[in-house]
Formats: sequence, structure tokens, C-alpha cells
Amino acid sequence: MSDLNSNIPEGELTSKWTKFKSSVPLVNPSNKRSIEVIIVGSGLAGASAAATLAEMGYKVKCFCFQDSPRRAHSIAAQGGINAAKNYQNDGDSTYRLFYDTIKGGDYRAREANVHRLAEVSANIIDQCVAQGVPLAREYGGLLDNRSFGGTQVQRTFYAAGQTGQQLLLGAYSALERQIGMGKVEMFTRHEMLEVVKIDGKARGIIARNLITGEIERHFGHAVVLGTGGYGNVFYLSTNAMGSNVTAAWKAHKQGAYFANPCYTQIHPTCIPVSGDHQSKLTLMSESLRNDGRIWVPKKKDDTRKASEIPEDERDYYLERRYPAFGNLVPRDVASRAAKERCDAGYGVGASKLAVYLDFKANTERYGKIEASKAGNHNPDKETCMRLGTEVIKEKYGNLFDMYAQITGENPYETPMRIYPAVHYTMGGLWVDYNLMTSVQGLYCTGEANFSDHGANRLGASALMQGLADGYFVLPYTIGAYLSKEISVKAIPTDHPAFVEAEERAKGILDKLINIKGTKSVDHFHKRLGHIMWEKCGMARNAKGLNEAIQEIRALREEFWSNVRVPGSSDELNTELEKAGRVADFIELGELMCIDALNRNESCGGHFREEYQTEEGEALRDDENYAYVAAWEFKEGVNFELHKEELKFENIKVAQRSYK
Amino acid sequence: MSTGNMNLTLKVWRQKNNKTKGALVDYKLADISPDMSFLEMFDVLNEQLINKGEEPVVFDHDCREGICGMCSMFINGRPHGPKDLVTTCQLHMRSFKDGDTITVEPWRAAAFPVVKDLTVDRSAFDRVIAAGGFISVNTGNAQDANNLPIPKKQADAAFEAAACIGCGACVATCKNASAMLFVSAKISQLALLPQGQPERYRRVQSMVAQMDAEGFGNCTNTGACEAECPKGISLENIARMNRDFATAKFISEEEV
Repeated sequence: MSDLNSNIPEGELTSKWTKFKSSVPLVNPSNKRSIEVIIVGSGLAGASAAATLAEMGYKVKCFCFQDSPRRAHSIAAQGGINAAKNYQNDGDSTYRLFYDTIKGGDYRAREANVHRLAEVSANIIDQCVAQGVPLAREYGGLLDNRSFGGTQVQRTFYAAGQTGQQLLLGAYSALERQIGMGKVEMFTRHEMLEVVKIDGKARGIIARNLITGEIERHFGHAVVLGTGGYGNVFYLSTNAMGSNVTAAWKAHKQGAYFANPCYTQIHPTCIPVSGDHQSKLTLMSESLRNDGRIWVPKKKDDTRKASEIPEDERDYYLERRYPAFGNLVPRDVASRAAKERCDAGYGVGASKLAVYLDFKANTERYGKIEASKAGNHNPDKETCMRLGTEVIKEKYGNLFDMYAQITGENPYETPMRIYPAVHYTMGGLWVDYNLMTSVQGLYCTGEANFSDHGANRLGASALMQGLADGYFVLPYTIGAYLSKEISVKAIPTDHPAFVEAEERAKGILDKLINIKGTKSVDHFHKRLGHIMWEKCGMARNAKGLNEAIQEIRALREEFWSNVRVPGSSDELNTELEKAGRVADFIELGELMCIDALNRNESCGGHFREEYQTEEGEALRDDENYAYVAAWEFKEGVNFELHKEELKFENIKVAQRSYK
Repeated sequence: MSTGNMNLTLKVWRQKNNKTKGALVDYKLADISPDMSFLEMFDVLNEQLINKGEEPVVFDHDCREGICGMCSMFINGRPHGPKDLVTTCQLHMRSFKDGDTITVEPWRAAAFPVVKDLTVDRSAFDRVIAAGGFISVNTGNAQDANNLPIPKKQADAAFEAAACIGCGACVATCKNASAMLFVSAKISQLALLPQGQPERYRRVQSMVAQMDAEGFGNCTNTGACEAECPKGISLENIARMNRDFATAKFISEEEV
């Protein structure tokens, strides 16, 4: 069935990576000095790769659209990073992390990649601590862990609710060190607009200097995209405002296949939408599900305040439906369960599109422990709540503050109201075991690729994958390619391929500026987001997807005839930047619907209403859909499907159960 | 779009680029919801400007959840506006009153030149970090993380210093445009950890030298930076940096 070569090394699963590393061709130090690598993106996957490749001796150019590499959206990750350290002595192991990730991804990820991820996970923690990343510690001075969804061990390392920030600042400091030494040339406020291909190989990029509007040509022996996910196709998501698919989409149009675009993660615990003015959604970390219990009233349309609803009139629906994992089921399961309750009329708050996340029981429990430590073995309730609140504050203080700031409510006193929101995209550019796309010399790392999370990503696994790719995987695998490129001299950027790519990029900018229509870019983005959320969101069906495809095509036509972009292209023009990004989101949106329509099964974050069990769980079709759907871009806006068969040789494929 | 009932007058700094002069321009806004964030209120303004065929106000922003450090508005004379411990993106319109006039300017400091409207160039911060804000450990050289126990109190203190988001509010509010709070936060984080010891005194010297070269002013102990920092970074960090800087002077070249 497969017409794609994933280049997975031969041999036992557990020895593939070790063997690969010891036999991969090397580039000698003097040759490394003349080999140039372009890295687009400076988040966990980009910054870690840029720093590591520079340490190894390559000449690196790194690009980001923000004013500093430290702003990349990895910074906003809250809860933590997984690693199979087994510091808690609770039975964790490389195999168990591998198994949990494959199962959590609903058996739609590649075994060899996931096992490698589990193998290097422990090195990441070591590396970050050595860099001075202040991860949380216990009183004994050793690292602390907490639980995340989809696992029964405590393997999540964290730094309060700012884990992403601390890990990114670690990678950023490593990157800045190389910049200071002149080994990385950094281009901030630059946006990649084209990949340059020569004789079928990626040889550089076209980038726009966002301050001056100048179009620049940059050569590289290889190009790496670490440009993040495409959740902003939904307009409202937990992504940063600038997060976009443009770099990946331009690569797609140059021949890089786009894999599993319909796999999007809707995170169960976000602050609900409050009005039309909303520009983005804010996540409340999954770590809160460690200590928060999720419930709705047992009575429909119950208008009482949460505090007035007695215990026996509350439905702790996750604990009821999934006793083994309870509040810690994977994200896709928790999100769908919340939607099910709200659709059935049990939602809370003004919009009725919210459920409660309640910390009271655990606050009291922590208070009791604290009182007991202080010698008070029979504390009253008030004492328990007071002491317990201190513990909760230490664990999640910044998240509670953020919630209070956004909603104007005090979450220490009333339960949080939460609802699912678009958060992460498992799909992305197709890559082989080496993280190379279907274009020679073009690599893709982190959230931008499709590789490790299957149809659903487990919490605290994104940081792990981004850093695994950048610190420990790509720096080895790219050597296999670059070792054959040592005789290639830097190609001058007046080569016709650069000229042609630059003209393509300029052509699009000129077109956007000259439409001079009547509607703003945001107007189109919001409409696209609405179509995607309604018809390609938490639940999809064939009828809705067919409609969505037609609506998006019509929207695309309208966009290209009626968008208004003020200003010119030779200055800082944020509307022009947005216009280019939304144009790409519109094309991607169509592909996501096509992919969702093609996949006649439910798996992980992809839930087709036609395919569910009697209990409303996702119903996979392993016989017909145990493959990666990798789409090739064709002239016009058309897509051709290629399949990579997924073989499970080490894990028994079963229906996922968290009961 | 009308979801609220607040009417506001904005005085916004407009400046085409770093070669032209700027000025405050008045805008009227109606029907603003108190639940909007300050930046969402600016989205409404920009939508209006675009619909009128004018150029929108350019301002830096990205994550809109208070952690990336990109948003940077000087609101009614205070960086990030009237509320303590929040960034502009986390400031909500309920902190203002119907009928208010709000003045919005960019960060003002010689080391942060205006790029356009409310956007400034903060790359000086990156260069200060590149001068020494790191521990020199290449990928693959680390020992097992738990081989180096660190007392919780010390780790927590390092974390508090590391919470800095690099927004530059400290510089913007300081009458001397000093970057000492920013620089000392990174120096403290690493000086508090055992991993940071080998380069401790070299680091403080090279980072301070770069800070001076960028044109940031000196510290005169006013404490405005601490008061305005959205992440509550403490002045104690500056004291620690000064101690380390003084100590470094007394250590011979070789030891540093």
C-alpha cells in the first residue's frame, strides 16, 4: 500500500536508534565549517537545533518573525514535559512512555519514531538542568514530577505553570551563546515566503524583512522548518496571534507532502469564549486536572450557583464514565465528553458552553495534610481550606491569577468555568525517520511535522518532541544528508532558481496590495474560522465537510477579489503579513476538510459522527485506515493522496480504553 | 461588533518610521465591552481605521496571555497600564471607566528606538544575553539531572528571577532608562544555581559591559522598575548583581 519510504532502519525496535547513531555517516570538522544550514523558527524545535548544529561546527542562519527568538510560542506552554526517568519509582520506563504515546495517539503514529522519542526523553531533562533551567524541586533537592492525562505514572517535569517559558529560555540562551560567538547569524522580524529548490533539492529560502519590506535571498545546503502548528486556521485558538502555516505551506507547494492535516487537538480546559470581540483563547493547563474535578449539574438548565448545588446533585461525568483514569483521560476524550454534556443541555455559565473545574475537594485534602504536618490531626474545615489554598497557590498560582484577570472571577472561591478550544495540530509536513520531508534536503521538526503523536497528542509531550527533534534527533540525522553534500560549494543567490522564487513571492505581495477590496483580512479569517470550527472541529460528518469545502472555495475566491490591505509592501505592514498568512490558511482549511472526509473512521482528535461505538467512543477502522494520509499539492489548488502504511510490530493494536 | 457600552477617547502615538517625527493622534471609540482586553480594544480601533481606508496602528503583540513579552504599550504614563503585575494583553477594559481619555505611547529609551507607531526595537536585550546570559554547556554533555540536588529554596529563588519575560517595562519606566532589573534577573538566576558558578564572575562583567555599550542608563535606586514589572521581579536582583560585579573586580583576571 505504501508509496512513501519512511526510511526506518532495520533491526529490533529497541536498537534501531542506537544502531543508526553509531553508523550514520559523519561530516568532518573542516567540512562542517563550509556547510550552511538554514533554520526557520526559533521555538523549542528551531532554537535547540540551531544551537546544537552551531555547536557541532555548521554555519547556521536562523529566522523568526518576532522581534526576538525568545518570543516563539513554545514560551506559552504551561504544564510540563514528559520524560521516562522513573524518578518516582512508579514503574515508568522507555517502553511505557512509548506505549502510552502510541495508545494515546490512537494507534496512528509510527512506532520507530515514537520509540526514539521515548529513548531520548531522559537526555532532554539532563540537558535542560545543565543549562540552568529551574525545574520544580522537592525539599530533598531532587526534581519533582506530576501527572498528566493518558498515563498512570508521574513522569511530567515542570516549572510552576511556566514550563515552556523556562525550557524555551534555556534553548534561547544556548542559541544566543552561539550568536555571540558568531556561529549563528540571527534574522529576527523576518518571514520566510518561499523555499528555493535547485535540481530537486532545497537550497535556500526567500525571506521578507518585515521592517523594511525588502525581499532577501538566503542560501543553505539544507533547510529546516521548525515553524510550529496551524491551529490558527480556526481563528480562535490558544496559539499566539502570529502563529501561522505559511512556511510549511510554501514548502508544501514546492513538493513537501502534508500529512494528516485533519488531526487537530481540541484542548479540554480553556477559558470559554466571552464575546464577539475575542481575539484568542487562553488555556488552563492540563496539570490542573491533577487536582481539579470536572462536573456539571445533574439537572438540565440548572441556574443555581455552583456553591448552591449539593454534592449529590453533581455529575462528575469523567469519573463516572472512565473510572480507571477519571479526570486524567486523554485530551480528545475529555473534550468530547464536555461537548456531549453541553450539547445535552447540562452546560453552565451564561453561554451554557462550559463545565466546572472544581478544586475544593483537593484543597481540603491538601489542607488536612498540611495541618497534620503541623501536628493538628483534627483540623476544622476552615483551617483545611486556608492551608490547602496555600498549597494550590504554590502549584498553580499564575494560572489562577490569569483566570481571575480574564474572567473577573476568583477561582479560589468558585470553580473555574472551562470549555474545549483548539490547541495543537498533530498533522504537519510528512517526514521520514530522518525528519526529512518529501523534498530532498528540506527538514521539518517539532509541531510543524506530523510524526510522533498520531491522532492525539498526550499532555506534556509537545515540549518533549520539540526538544528531542532539535537537540538529539535532527543533529544526527541531517548528517546522513550533509555528508554527501560536502563537495557542493555555496550557490550564489543570483542563480535562476532564487530569482524565480523571489518573483513568486513578490507576485503574491503585489497582488494582495493591489486588490484594494472592501473587507479587512480579519474579516476573512473569522469567517474561515467559523466554517472550520462548525464543520471540521470537535465532531465532523460527511455532509458538513462537503459543505465546508464548497464554502471555503467560495471564500478563497472572495478573499482574492475583495480583501483590503492598506499601505505598501516596502514598509512595516502588519496587515500585509496577516493577509499572506490567511491566504495560506484558506487553502489549508480546504485540505483539512478533504482529509477529514477521506478518513472514514474516528480516531483521536478526528471524530466522525458516523463512526462511533454505542457508548459514543471513537470507532477506528484499522483494516482500511491504518495509514498516514500524505497529500501532494497539485496545480490550481488540488491535492493527491499518498499513503504510508503503519505497521505495528511491537504493540498490539486494540480499542483504546480508559475505563 | 458592538458588545459593550463604553465610550473612550484614545490619544495614540503615530510615527511612520524611525526617520520621521511622530505625534499623538486622537481617536474616538464607542461601544467597547469591559470584557475586552486592551489589545482587543486596539483591534476594534484598527478595524475601524482599515474600513475608513486609513493605516492601522502598528503595535507588538503575540501570545496575548502575558508570557511572550512582546506587547509593550505605555498607557497613561505607565508601562502596561494601571494594573499591577499584568502585561498590556492581560489588561482588561474593566480597569477603565466610560468616558475615559487614554494616552498610549511606545516604550521610550535611547536603547529602544521606535520602529513604527507603538513598536520599538528591543534587540539590545538579545545582545546582552548573547554576551553572557547562559551556561556554556553543549548539547550531549549533561550528567543525570538528579546527580546535582539543589535546595528547594534556592531553586525557587532562581525560578523567580527566571520569570522575567524580557518585555522592557523596567527600562521604559526608569527615568534613567536603565536595564539593570532585566540584566540582574538573568545574572541572579544563574548565580543562584550551582550550574552557574564556573562562569559567575565572567558573566556579570561581560553582561554589564554589553548593557553599558547599548546605551542603557544607570540605576539610582528609585525602584520604579520593580513596581512596574509585570512579573514581580525583585530589586534584590540588582543588589545581587552589584555584589557580584564588585566581587569580580577583586578577583584576579585568571580566576574570573
